[in-house]
Amino acid sequence: MSPVELVNGVTNVAGQPTSFKTRPLFWSIRRELWENRSIYIGPLAVAAVVLAGIFIGALRLPDRAFQMIAALAPAKQVEAMSIPYDFAAFAILVTGFIVAVFYSLGALQGERRDRSILFWKSLPVSDLTTVIAKAAIPLVVIPVVSFAIILATLLIIMLASLIILPLRGMPVTMLLSAFPIGSTTLDIVYTLVVLALWHAPIWAWLMLVSGWARRATFLWAFGPPLALSLFEKLAFNSTYVWSLLHYRVTGAIGQAYDLKDGASGMGHLSLQQMDPLKYLMSPGLWLGLAVAAAFFAAAVWQRRYRTPL
Amino acid sequence: MACIDARGLRKTYGTTIALDSIDLKVETGRILGLIGPNGAGKTTALSAILGLASYEGELKVLGRDPWRDRDELMRDVCFIADVAVLPRWMKVSQALDYVAGVHPRFDRDKAEAFLDKTDIKRSSLVRSLSKGMVTQLHLALIMAIDAKLLVLDEPTLGLDILYRKSFYDTLLNDYFDHSRTIVVTTHQVEEVQHILTDLMFLNRGRIVLDCSMEAFEQRYAEVMVAPDQLAAARALNPIHERQVFGRGLLLFDGVDRKTLATFGEVRTPSIADLFVAVIGADAASAKGEAA
Repeated sequence: MSPVELVNGVTNVAGQPTSFKTRPLFWSIRRELWENRSIYIGPLAVAAVVLAGIFIGALRLPDRAFQMIAALAPAKQVEAMSIPYDFAAFAILVTGFIVAVFYSLGALQGERRDRSILFWKSLPVSDLTTVIAKAAIPLVVIPVVSFAIILATLLIIMLASLIILPLRGMPVTMLLSAFPIGSTTLDIVYTLVVLALWHAPIWAWLMLVSGWARRATFLWAFGPPLALSLFEKLAFNSTYVWSLLHYRVTGAIGQAYDLKDGASGMGHLSLQQMDPLKYLMSPGLWLGLAVAAAFFAAAVWQRRYRTPL
Repeated sequence: MACIDARGLRKTYGTTIALDSIDLKVETGRILGLIGPNGAGKTTALSAILGLASYEGELKVLGRDPWRDRDELMRDVCFIADVAVLPRWMKVSQALDYVAGVHPRFDRDKAEAFLDKTDIKRSSLVRSLSKGMVTQLHLALIMAIDAKLLVLDEPTLGLDILYRKSFYDTLLNDYFDHSRTIVVTTHQVEEVQHILTDLMFLNRGRIVLDCSMEAFEQRYAEVMVAPDQLAAARALNPIHERQVFGRGLLLFDGVDRKTLATFGEVRTPSIADLFVAVIGADAASAKGEAA
């Protein structure tokens, strides 16, 4: 009797199904990564391009530029030094956002278009698990990937500065004050968490559309909200819908940071400006999460009825 | 307990009746061939059995309601819904990893052993495999799952005859035992005739024939009749008649074989011939009703 038969024999006596360890959620997320390699290739490629641009730019800068930086007050020096990093981090964040938009729009449509939904549904993985795995990509996986890439970018910029600064007669000592690793890490994590939760209803909406639309998911996702705000503007000359959309895309930073000190938008925000309490008290966060939960629930319900296109 | 037990199973799409209150019972250990023309409701019936579509009426598969308990049901039920539904971007090794990761009854060694007998490389992408190889891969995955019910919807569509033959041979020799049940739909009826234990014809959402293969062999007989004896043979009410080489080929239902032997050699008809007779008659009566 082979080991497998033995297992079956034992479990048959007990009346229990043969149970090897299965992890449907884990494997469902892995399969999303196998299928959608843009999730990490996109931000990596952007990071590489931005880094290359920064280095070549720094090497081409005339000595005069470095002398000017050296002449600045220490606080201003730090600010100037961190510009390339801020720019790289911002580019990676935006790329992550764009990748998440395209991923979410295809998440529940691709499997219907290539008929593979019939294969996925032939396995004991529930619609709930499937949708959770797909929702985890923009909500968890892309932020984690972005975090790792941003942190790596920061380290590369620091290492490169170790070489470039002495060549240009600059003190290396200012590096650590320009890039405080600990607080920067905290800052990246905070920003990514804040953005992911704030954008949750966007991902949920895109996923709902991808499960529902037969084709042209992009138009179905963005057309109605834009048409609605255009209609409102023309009919009532007001912009509530537009402001709502705008707030949902960009409002997180204003809620999560105390921007009174003159810093604005995506500029360099310091730890002192973090305001988690304000963020957690923001009705925009909780309303957004409630809407996201409703959309995701609808996406799960909808997947039960889905057949190939 | 029957493996599949349906009473008054009905499904409509708008005003189209896809399944018109069918009763269906498949016992454990049977291999049922569900045969019907396009649009007869085969796929609708299978979708209901697999919990892929909602339905009216009563349906129990392995004692469960497939629409409500689909996730649990899929531990014991496998299906190949169509050729080429394996995701094209997937690597063979990934397909093995994934199924092993989510299916509690998947025996990876068995799947690997089956794949070793084919030319499929683990590192190949599904998109780079031929249609026949994709079916082999799917079969390897399915056969390694210790399921109680296997549903095959046109599993060999578009495959060449070598792959079709080996598909059914493998299924019968390496997979089927009497604790499992198989339901298969196909248009290539000649190839499944020898493996079926039960036969069901579906037409326009209704069951027009339901019998075991033993009953099929006893009930139906085909005789080649010379022209001068045609009138006498026709008096026995053949259900179908066609001309072959100037002689009449008559198909009888429930007529004693000894009686028929007086006209010529008596044979068991092929499922395809019976299909043409039964479905043709059904279509004719439908036209009659309409007129």
